[in-house]
Amino acid sequence: MCTTIADRHEFQGSAKGPDGWFTADHLYVGYDHPVHFDAEHAVSFDIVAEADGTAHRVAVELDPEAARTLGERLLAIADAADDYERTTSLHASASTNPAAR
Amino acid sequence: MTRTDAYEGLLAETVTVVGDGGDEIHAYFARPLGRGPFGAVVLFHHLPGWDAWYRATTRRFAEYGYLALSPDLYCRDGHGEPDDVAARVRAEGGVPDDRVVADARGCVDWLRSLPQASGRLALFGTCSGGRHAFLCACRIGDIDAVVDCWGGRIVVGDDDLTAKQPVAPIDYTADLDAPLLGLFGNDDKSPAPADVDTLEAALKQHGKDYAFHRYDGAGHGFFYDDRPAAYRAEAAVDGWRKVRAFLTENIG
Repeated sequence: MCTTIADRHEFQGSAKGPDGWFTADHLYVGYDHPVHFDAEHAVSFDIVAEADGTAHRVAVELDPEAARTLGERLLAIADAADDYERTTSLHASASTNPAAR
Repeated sequence: MTRTDAYEGLLAETVTVVGDGGDEIHAYFARPLGRGPFGAVVLFHHLPGWDAWYRATTRRFAEYGYLALSPDLYCRDGHGEPDDVAARVRAEGGVPDDRVVADARGCVDWLRSLPQASGRLALFGTCSGGRHAFLCACRIGDIDAVVDCWGGRIVVGDDDLTAKQPVAPIDYTADLDAPLLGLFGNDDKSPAPADVDTLEAALKQHGKDYAFHRYDGAGHGFFYDDRPAAYRAEAAVDGWRKVRAFLTENIG
């Protein structure tokens, strides 16, 4: 460890690694020496299945600018997803509630 | 005179060493064939884990004529490819310093117990391993030489200490009783040149035996020939020569 910039979070999702899809339970994020990315330091995130050991892991290393772009795009999509779900929910309730017609 | 028809051989294998808390930790061990007596080296692997570069470097020290032992400091953190295990360790804030020191003490005792051992012993490490080599030399004592290659976070501010690394290694400088060789790249950010200056000032203040070499045009990890972006051939060749001369002088 040449920085102390690291976090471990519980996480629910699926990811695909070399052995196929797996159920992920943790997300690691950090900023330290990368394994593969061509820079002295890199932002990293790992989607892992701790319950299965560390063999199930999808790893990404990128520079801080790319990390921000990724974060912004994910937030934008998450916001759009919230809007979509809210709108769909309203339509659904309108179509099933006679009083709303 | 070197005889080209002289027999030489080398053995490399995984072994088990008793570490912190009586845990059996695995380690990669390489040694020259023969009765010795041989000096010994403990290698502390870097942040990316107990990987192929460290195994190759362990064999390199055996080729130099030493009993070389590289413990897997992440062996309690699961199986898998080195970078997968290292990712988990990193996410949990690294390994505790006290555990590394106890594991290293087990490695020192194991090496010195071997019938081929001369008793002379050095610690070597790169990156976080350089930090561990310095830390363990200070805290274990009775070490004959220590090689710190670009060890980061030896110089740490109080606000950057953690429960697992509660003391900045530089604060143990007064306890260092082994000659220290330090190799650093001037483009490195961890340790940055200012950190190296701070460590050098502490060594001078305490009257320690040390030699620092700083390389222009080199950053972090300039020995790593498996990483084209980090590797610097001229600095690496010169650095390895200095490591070998330093070990010859101090552990035979």
